[in-house]
Amino acid sequence: MSNYNSAAIEEFNGGIWVFCEQRQGKMMPTSFELISEGRKLADELGSKLYGLLLGSNVEGIAKELGGYGADGVYVCDSPLLENYTTDGYTKVICDVIREYKPEAMLIGATNIGRDLGPRCAARLHTGLCADCTHLDIDVPKYKDFLRSASTLAPAMIDSIKEDDRNLKMTRPAFGGHLMATIICPRFRPAMATVRPGVMKKAAFDQAKADACQIIKPNFSLTEADLDTQVVEVVKAAKKMVDLIGADVVVSVGRGISKDVEGGIKLAEELAEVLGGVVGGSRATIDSGWLSADHQVGQTGKTVHPKIYVALGISGAIQHKAGMQDSECIIAVNKNESAPIFEIADYGICGDLFKVTPLLIEAIKAAKAAK
Amino acid sequence: MKIIVCVKQVPDTSGKVAVNPDGTLNRASMAAITNPDDLNAVEAALVLKEQTGAEVIVVSMGPPPAEGMLREVMARGVDRAVLVSGREFGGSDTYATSQILAAAINKIGVGPEDIVMCGRQAIDGDTAQVGPQIAEKLGLPQVSYAAEIKKDGDTLTIKRMLEDGYMTIKVKTPCLITCIKELNNPRYMSVNGIFECYAKPYEIFDYNTLKDDPLIDPSTIGLKGSPTNIFKSFTPPQKGVGMMLEGADKATCDKLAGILAAKHMI
Repeated sequence: MSNYNSAAIEEFNGGIWVFCEQRQGKMMPTSFELISEGRKLADELGSKLYGLLLGSNVEGIAKELGGYGADGVYVCDSPLLENYTTDGYTKVICDVIREYKPEAMLIGATNIGRDLGPRCAARLHTGLCADCTHLDIDVPKYKDFLRSASTLAPAMIDSIKEDDRNLKMTRPAFGGHLMATIICPRFRPAMATVRPGVMKKAAFDQAKADACQIIKPNFSLTEADLDTQVVEVVKAAKKMVDLIGADVVVSVGRGISKDVEGGIKLAEELAEVLGGVVGGSRATIDSGWLSADHQVGQTGKTVHPKIYVALGISGAIQHKAGMQDSECIIAVNKNESAPIFEIADYGICGDLFKVTPLLIEAIKAAKAAK
Repeated sequence: MKIIVCVKQVPDTSGKVAVNPDGTLNRASMAAITNPDDLNAVEAALVLKEQTGAEVIVVSMGPPPAEGMLREVMARGVDRAVLVSGREFGGSDTYATSQILAAAINKIGVGPEDIVMCGRQAIDGDTAQVGPQIAEKLGLPQVSYAAEIKKDGDTLTIKRMLEDGYMTIKVKTPCLITCIKELNNPRYMSVNGIFECYAKPYEIFDYNTLKDDPLIDPSTIGLKGSPTNIFKSFTPPQKGVGMMLEGADKATCDKLAGILAAKHMI
């Protein structure tokens, strides 16, 4: 099977690439996360790491990627690439990939990345793994990951052969009930979209940014290549809550239903004393109590803050999938058998409307005493 | 004018999900439902049908019992259904699935006025890849994450959602659109629809039906034609049980604040 239907994969030795998404000339945070992660993978593979940046007048933001680990950045600049279009971006990316032949390509799993990735993979005839949360090349490192993140028997983990050099792309399926590690053994580049907020951004290094090489590939793109026309790009009027970048997230769930406004206000007060932001379970978004940018969970954002407080959240698996890697989880819930208590570091069984004000005062007092 | 809608039958993962000891999903213990985003695509197609008189056809790939789901979708007002089914198609990843579904859609035929619609993603795999990959295989422009669709002649104006706002995109038919739940509220089956759905045209496309399409080749469909393989699948461990604090009063909260302070977390 290993040679069945295979491409000449040994020709793909152009390093690991990261599609670096920018919007309106501003780099998306996930681009820095993926460059940081890509650096580790390139080192495991003994290969180089390149960013791929498309846009109009974007060369100025390319070198910063070097500061997070990119050896170089391929910059494709054209007025026709100012706004993202599936057709324009796919054509340029596939043409450049065919010429420079990267071994692997990472794309942030944003609404744009998840539109672009599958289109490119279909055109290039290669495999794409969606919305990954963990990546490995080296098998010993992958085994360590399985030892901490799976329920597989130790003997089963030990028996994995250590010579596999494929990119191992791990992702949740069935709402986080199962995890699957996917490989793309017969085609290159192996492609992955990676969930924003999961990979950690490295420390920025100015010297590396200065040394970052800028490469300008030849490409052709004309109006005739574009079948879709972007009429306007509208930013949401309200400032979006930055769940992913927050050190503390205080989330509310269905438990606030008897006094929605009061419950959200308490969460905001607690978030303020802890220096964090307010999030919500799917129920609070579906009920219209909070806007969609507040949603934590499988279909919302994945967060791993230092402190995650769950107020009146039962802890459905979809919610856990988005917050269970938080450093410290505090749960307040009236129901002592709520699943959230299974993963909470500290649980309080009680009415959030009574407990939260006491907790706010206690934290204020503890901070004042320091 | 035709609107071809891709739908998938999926296990309902919103309730309790059963996992077998070997780490695979216990599908038998779970209800099979029509993928939620796909119902938004069906609804969008039915709205366009009301405006234009278009014929709405649903296509699904899956085992023969998926007929029940397709009849239900016809009871909502869809005119015709095609089930793509065959053991040659089993084990397909998103790439191989899109080859097969694109071949089935080719068989139905995509004319200059036609639209293909999909749900954004299915709740079992959550990949959101099959829609765009079908579009590529059919050579159609795509617009994903559609939250609003307006049709004026051969031009569609679509509100495409982004995390931090939206884009307005114009595209001409034929094209492919993937739909999100914000687009509409799917209608229920009607009593008349339930009566009529068993009389509506229902076809099965198997390997022999599709084998003359260049997209259908042993090297591009099924398990062997899938570029991706599963290396390992596993269940994540439950996090170790933490500490339940006694009581829910001022003393409890003071204790918690004390712990957080001692750990330099506040």
